[in-house]
Amino acid sequence: MRAGVETAEEIVARCREVVEDLSFQTVREWKAQHPKARVVGCYPVYSPVELIHAAGILPVGIFGGGNQIEIAHADARFQSFVCSIVKSTLELGLTGRLDFLDGILFHSICDPARNLASVFQRNFPSLHVDYIHFPQNLASPLAEVYLTQEYRRVLRGLEKIGGQPVTEEALVQAISTMNRWRSLVRELYTLRALQPHLLPAAELYPVIRAGTVLPVQEHIRLLEIFLEGVRRREGKPKDRIRVLVEGSFCEQPPIDLIACLEEAGCYVLDDDFLLGWRWFLEDVPIDGDPVQALARAYIHRSVYSPTKHDLRRRKSDHLLEKVRTLGADAVVVLIPKFCEPALFDYPLYRRALEEARVPHLFVEYEEKMWIFDRVRTEVETFVESLLFD
Amino acid sequence: MAQQAMGSRYQGRIHLLQKELMGQYFQELTQAAENGGPPAAYMLISGNPVELVRAFGMLPVYPEVNALQLAVKKESLPYILLAEQMGYSVDNCAYVKADIGLFFNGLRAPFATFPKPTLILCNYVGCNVYLNWFEHLAEYTGATIFPLDIPFIRDPAQGPSEEDVAYVVGQLEELIAVCERLTGRPLDWERLKEVVRLSQQTGQLWAEIKHLTKNKPCPLDAYFDAVTLMGPLYCLRGTEEGLAFFEEAYREVEERVRHNIGPIPEERFRIVVEGPPPWPYLRTFRDLFARWGAVAVASTYSTVGGMWEFGFAHDPEKPLESIAMHMLYWNLTNRSLLLRYQQIRRYIEEWEADALVIHSVKSCRLFSAGQGDMREYFTKELGVPTLLLESDLEDPRYFSEAQMRNRIDAFFESLEHRKIRGHPVEAAVQHSNFSPGEGEAR
Repeated sequence: MRAGVETAEEIVARCREVVEDLSFQTVREWKAQHPKARVVGCYPVYSPVELIHAAGILPVGIFGGGNQIEIAHADARFQSFVCSIVKSTLELGLTGRLDFLDGILFHSICDPARNLASVFQRNFPSLHVDYIHFPQNLASPLAEVYLTQEYRRVLRGLEKIGGQPVTEEALVQAISTMNRWRSLVRELYTLRALQPHLLPAAELYPVIRAGTVLPVQEHIRLLEIFLEGVRRREGKPKDRIRVLVEGSFCEQPPIDLIACLEEAGCYVLDDDFLLGWRWFLEDVPIDGDPVQALARAYIHRSVYSPTKHDLRRRKSDHLLEKVRTLGADAVVVLIPKFCEPALFDYPLYRRALEEARVPHLFVEYEEKMWIFDRVRTEVETFVESLLFD
Repeated sequence: MAQQAMGSRYQGRIHLLQKELMGQYFQELTQAAENGGPPAAYMLISGNPVELVRAFGMLPVYPEVNALQLAVKKESLPYILLAEQMGYSVDNCAYVKADIGLFFNGLRAPFATFPKPTLILCNYVGCNVYLNWFEHLAEYTGATIFPLDIPFIRDPAQGPSEEDVAYVVGQLEELIAVCERLTGRPLDWERLKEVVRLSQQTGQLWAEIKHLTKNKPCPLDAYFDAVTLMGPLYCLRGTEEGLAFFEEAYREVEERVRHNIGPIPEERFRIVVEGPPPWPYLRTFRDLFARWGAVAVASTYSTVGGMWEFGFAHDPEKPLESIAMHMLYWNLTNRSLLLRYQQIRRYIEEWEADALVIHSVKSCRLFSAGQGDMREYFTKELGVPTLLLESDLEDPRYFSEAQMRNRIDAFFESLEHRKIRGHPVEAAVQHSNFSPGEGEAR
């Protein structure tokens, strides 16, 4: 991808092309240009991509097949009541679309994803499949010690793929690069929260998601240009409600569904799309042991998430705080069908939102959707009830 | 066909004794709820540290057991619906929903009333839903919650690392401090060792019973009768009564082996069953197999709470370490799907089974997600006849008897032909070259 000459609109269009290309052509080309380079896939939600970078490997986000794939094989392995991304990710593998991967990381987010790691191991024996167990006892000082050791274990596996020992310098460099990447993303999110009419979610999402596929330096340059382009935009807000979108942290909604929310009368102030790639609320410190710093940041500087059971503070309190800080009118709970962690959070969110008198709309979707009439009607009705109340 | 028009029923003392003991246990809980009693610790079944809870004189309460009792008694649906009204999804685990419904029904079930928790001990072992479940209970009750984090077995060949064990032992020490604060008394280490010794002996008897099912005929159904034994194994492990029950159970099963008695008149098929049972239709489900003379010789569900038959025993001299190993490694739920394939394969080979029956339940995706791949492995790689059935463990809305019967009948009919034509399962097993991980590591 040639960066540097494009307008923000061109960047959006090209990014959308990149993220909707299920043959991962950009990665394949990159690999052809770097014959010795290795690629490791990252299943959502959060992967410590710094470790992958430091091993000289390209991390690539694997988010299933969206609405661009027909499930022909994976539904014989996973039942009808399992979410779409598990099946469409396996389908990508079974149809050879992931054959550029040298490894893939799964994590302790939910039971189907955990079992998917096993199914990958059995069906793709030459692939390096690792499973990271993230700690859930975050109030304990032992969690940091544990996670540091866990990261060192993961690193040993990556060193085998990368074919070289990982130096502390490389780790520091990787953290610093990712800090830069995340700070640009945060800047875009902040800008969008303040002026959502200048940066629709249906544009921001593909631009950031392209960063899960492209080499990070290339994407950093692209984000810089995009940010500048968006800053130059002008326009006045329309009569729309200002919402937070919550619940799409793993399986991703179709881009047209995001656009549909906006067209139906919502300005999206914040969302949890691609949450794992935006995991830290502030920079990961680069002094001291870098592996420990990453582990510590997971415990003390990361976002709240349905897959992180941080009992130090209720998730609904985080959500309400976000509503207040950003001045949102409402919350759209946008949950992929069969997503257990998201569906389990919903009753607690509902309780808290009702108590705080924050209106919310519950919308269930599947990544494979491509007709949005029903959702549009639901959202329009909701928006009207708020605008003309 | 030659299937017998009869239901199978285990004719023995242990089922009656189990009923009596579980009745007493629920009475104890009701007593504590109504008139006060020892502080209650809510826990999950999978690889739990009940020994520690018992050593503190706390009363273990298992929301899963309460939920499944509701289902067995065909009472679960109103509780599930109550939770769904609160926003719980039709697609969420129905154990959780029944339990949440129970909580908002004042903790009153038709068979018991449950004490409010003093401690919510989230012994998170493999099942991610447990984390949500107990997080919700903590929010609703305001009780102290302790999330005991158990690293999943990432390396099937190695088992847990030394660091993993140290991490869990360290958390158990933190838990001890929490229990000391809640009960107002220090841990009596001698008492803990004694409880662990009782668990050790109980576990050994349970393991021996499970090996007795290798006999032909199989003395008890290792699925349908095993679940009866699981009640005391979980609710009374670490007590004298629990141990006495297993001594009695062992005597009885051993006696049945000596007299060639099985749970049905004629054992015609030996099956391994994978997955939890459909509690709301347990009897119906059992009869669908019994009419074909099919007996479960082993089951994965009976290893949810612990896997004693492959060599685990608690160690009174190393109480915390052995509790940690139980939680980390010696139970089904903290192990990967591939380790489960290996476990089932052992059952099929060593317990000499003819077929594998997978009961896929919507509620428990820990068990069910990927069971299609399991079927693929057993049929295509190993040549083991495999039947995949779908329903639920708690929600009666997902059980269709006619459909079940059709599928089960068709399967055993073809199995019968296969037997007549003489295709031994073992031949296929030996030709497979896939081996998911090594044997038991410790």
